[in-house]
Amino acid sequence: MTGLARVEDAALLTGQGRFLDDLDPLPGTLVAAVVRSPHPHARIRAVDLEKARRAPGVAAVIGPEEVLETLRPFPLSVRTPHPYYPTATDKTRFVGEPVAVVVASDRYLAEDAAELVEVDYEPLPAVVRTDAALSPEAPLLHEGSDGNVATDRTFTFGDVDGAFAGARRVVSRRYSFPRYSSTPMECYVVVADWREGPDGPEITAHANFHGPFSMAPVVAGALGVPTSSLRLVVPADIGGSFGIKSGVYPYIALMALASKHAGRPVRWTEDRLEHLVASSSGSDRLMELEAALDEDGRIQALRVDLVDNVGAYLRPPEPSTLYRCFGNITGAYAIEAVGIRARAVVTNKSPTGLNRGFGGQQLYFGLERLIDDIAAEHGLDPAEVRRRNLVPVTAFPYATPSGGIYDSGDYQRALELALDNVGYERLREEQRAARADGDWMGIGIAAVVDPSATNIGYVGLATPVADRTARRGKSGSTEHVRVSVDPQGVVTVLLGTVPQGQGHATVARDLVAAHLGLPVEQVRARVEMDTASTPWTISSGSYSSRFAPLLTSALLEAADRLAASVTVAASVILEVEAERLELADGVVRVVDDHERSVAFRHAAGLLHWDPGSLPDDVDARVYEEAAFTPPQSKAASRTDQINSSLCYGFVADVVVVRIDRETLTVRIEHLSSVHDAGTILNAQLLEGQVHGAITQALGGALFEEMTYSDAGQPTAGTFMDYLCPTSAESSFPLTSDHLQTPSPLTRLGAKGCGEGSSMSLPVAIANAVADALRDEGVEITSLPLHGNVLHELLTTVKGT
Amino acid sequence: MKAAPFAYTRPGTVEEVVADLAREDAKVIAGGQSLVPVLAMRLGRPALLVDVNAVPELDALTRDGDVVRVGATVRQRRTERSELAAAVPLLRMALPWVGHREIRSRGTVCGSIAHADPSAELPAVARCLGATMVLTSTHGTREVPAADFFSGAMTTAVAADELLTQVAFPVARRDEGFGFGEFARRHGDFALAGVAVRVRAPGHGDGPEARVTCFGVSDVPVTADVSAELRAGLEAVGPAPSRGELVSALAGHAGDVARAVVDTGGDSHASPEYRRRLLSGLIAREVAAAYLRATRPETERSPR
Repeated sequence: MTGLARVEDAALLTGQGRFLDDLDPLPGTLVAAVVRSPHPHARIRAVDLEKARRAPGVAAVIGPEEVLETLRPFPLSVRTPHPYYPTATDKTRFVGEPVAVVVASDRYLAEDAAELVEVDYEPLPAVVRTDAALSPEAPLLHEGSDGNVATDRTFTFGDVDGAFAGARRVVSRRYSFPRYSSTPMECYVVVADWREGPDGPEITAHANFHGPFSMAPVVAGALGVPTSSLRLVVPADIGGSFGIKSGVYPYIALMALASKHAGRPVRWTEDRLEHLVASSSGSDRLMELEAALDEDGRIQALRVDLVDNVGAYLRPPEPSTLYRCFGNITGAYAIEAVGIRARAVVTNKSPTGLNRGFGGQQLYFGLERLIDDIAAEHGLDPAEVRRRNLVPVTAFPYATPSGGIYDSGDYQRALELALDNVGYERLREEQRAARADGDWMGIGIAAVVDPSATNIGYVGLATPVADRTARRGKSGSTEHVRVSVDPQGVVTVLLGTVPQGQGHATVARDLVAAHLGLPVEQVRARVEMDTASTPWTISSGSYSSRFAPLLTSALLEAADRLAASVTVAASVILEVEAERLELADGVVRVVDDHERSVAFRHAAGLLHWDPGSLPDDVDARVYEEAAFTPPQSKAASRTDQINSSLCYGFVADVVVVRIDRETLTVRIEHLSSVHDAGTILNAQLLEGQVHGAITQALGGALFEEMTYSDAGQPTAGTFMDYLCPTSAESSFPLTSDHLQTPSPLTRLGAKGCGEGSSMSLPVAIANAVADALRDEGVEITSLPLHGNVLHELLTTVKGT
Repeated sequence: MKAAPFAYTRPGTVEEVVADLAREDAKVIAGGQSLVPVLAMRLGRPALLVDVNAVPELDALTRDGDVVRVGATVRQRRTERSELAAAVPLLRMALPWVGHREIRSRGTVCGSIAHADPSAELPAVARCLGATMVLTSTHGTREVPAADFFSGAMTTAVAADELLTQVAFPVARRDEGFGFGEFARRHGDFALAGVAVRVRAPGHGDGPEARVTCFGVSDVPVTADVSAELRAGLEAVGPAPSRGELVSALAGHAGDVARAVVDTGGDSHASPEYRRRLLSGLIAREVAAAYLRATRPETERSPR
């Protein structure tokens, strides 16, 4: 099932995309500008809004007082005394934190008036570095808590201490992972309207928010209304996200409040400066990993100590970066015992959240660097260490010590394919020759498990078992969909999957058409999320690669139900029992007598026009909804284990780099990437996801970093300093290949495929650079790796 | 990211432009590639923008004896593609490095020079070639040599009421060869370090002359006479070296020059030490290339 061109492309490529900033869903909307803190950490002594309120064109100005008067703190994922509101209230805790909102007739006037908001700040010492934030002497961000550690949990699965005591060798390393983002084309946009209704406030918000919709009750909680009083509408085109736009939700609450005060709907369009300093990013992480090994380099046990720097607040869904990969924390390896410490610290940086690969790139940077360091200590080829430790093909379904159930895979075959596709043995020879010529050539490998279809129950792990209320657990990964048929027999799929550009409509159309035996033109996919009318639940949204495994499973179920209704109608027309009928070639026909058939559209038409002809016990169903609820997605166990995703795919990257001796630029000479995402639904879209994930990884590995000065000022606040790779930097030879080991748990065997190399390639590149500089005594323990960083590393080594 | 209020005029003659510039807090806009972001971020808030794009005479790109004159509204892209500007090879070597093609289609040569970003290419070209800046105000017109023009980061000899009406670039002599190179983390970014080089072939009894203008490494483009270094390098490898031999022979000298020239502070993209490393390589490579172009014009063609 491959090959349809994306139905989304024509509009997007001809400038006909309809992004929220192009739309005017609520006539009479005013425009907001946000006043933001210039200080990383400061007490707010006083806020004077009067001058701004008197400025031309201004309808309302709100600040901490108005926020505290109406809003409640956002409910957090963990009980911790860190109240989080959409603006600063007592103190500002990061540069760019909202302090006030000015609503005016246009953005120019709003920005003019914003300059008249007077805030009396008392600057406080700031802390930005993770290690510094852990110190008891560090400036305290949240009074009422006894330190900056927002969550700290320790887990032991299997006989970890015994394995370390009996180990032939222990390899232990400290690594850090940088903070970077996804930089979508369109930044955050919210259009919000607050009205008083018969049952209290009714809030309508249009936002380019793509879930997780567990944030809908979080916003409703802050607004003090039931979730059904908050109507969220998402446009079909959201301008990209890659996770980052999940962080728009605090602004939904803030703009709703601004609308309440302005008495009119309010639009806020985030500009790039706001986006780069104050929206969201992946979390940076400090980590220590330790492996207990036998004489052959087989890992007997693993200890991981992870400290995420989540910025100023534990903004939901954080601390999920720590837990998203909990069930696959041992990666692609058969490791029977693992000890985990998972902490998140708050610092005077902007809050973190989803970023393509969510938690994977951080985890695998540690794990896959460690594998290479193990190889170096044992004098083994890094491919060989991986071969010895990979989960064997005979072991599936494979239970990890932390609760993951790997549904299917053939890791050896995928790794060998990635190695063969780049001619690994020949490359090693080439490398020996290059080294003899003084060339810095390196080969890096990463082999990772790619989790998809998150079980949101992992969030529960941040709360200790004793504090988790029985029967109030969190679990699941349900996906809903609605399919309908019109009087002409045209089938419509209503997708509430809030795609970010993945091509959901293309795949849904393709699948339903094939399933119902219809030409694709007879199936339409409508991308529309309106929480007042689209079927949805907490786990809805486009995140953690949910569409391919989950939505398609629900979709075929809904299509089956619709097919059943149409078949009954056909049986009336053909006077044949429904059991003897099948759908094919746009008709409903008798299985063993294809001549006896009726057009699908006529059968469907009967459901609309002549339901009286149906058998008495049959309803004329023209809408069918289905939900797919995988039973394998359970809440965390009393032993703290969790199957944190439904599906587990696999990625092997082998990357060849050469480092220019003059400029120290890392040049990628070849990348061989093999993905196993189960059944491939659309080869072209899969390849697009591979390319996208690779480019994003390239950014994190070589270019992008959200840097801060030690005093807490962001130092990459514009595109002059926050460098995303462009097409010029992203062009290198790529051999992309695929394996298909279908998941037994999803209807089509499909797994997610949107994140793969964004998890694996950053560390593969780091491994390649480490390999290239092996003889220079340089240790690669972080990213990004660009000339300035390598110069510093090389001169430091020389100096010692 | 919306500009603070400003007034706007679009005069049709130079006389009207300079009359507007004589008013309080006026600022010239031509291509706007640097100014518009500055306005949008409210980093600059001039009271009056004087748009010079409707002045026909400022759009002139002309050959005038031994110089090529580039008017205030002549786009970088036009200059890059102009056969007439080919008489100034260094200019044409540098222009592809300025931003991206889309930026060059709006950005002007004069605008970049008047903006005087320390990392920009065209100020270095003007400085290396000893170009002449023509400044006009209600008081008349004056000419300022490039050596006196750049006074600091984003600061030049252009007074508040003056318009940089044109820049006159000297046409290359037959015995001259040029080199240009820079390093940025991505294509089209401002350079972390860059060089513009002019070499004159040895004449009757004289050795070769070489000057290098370095940019991205100090507040202003810094020019160094590297004739002695080039001669020393040539003594080591003989008068007809390969490019690689000459680059190697110049490496040590280039390092000395780079150490002396780089005085900018560091940032997350490049420390001063890393900039010296980059600059050193660029100097050696481009001085060698320029020398070979000056002495073997028939085989060592300039790029493009």
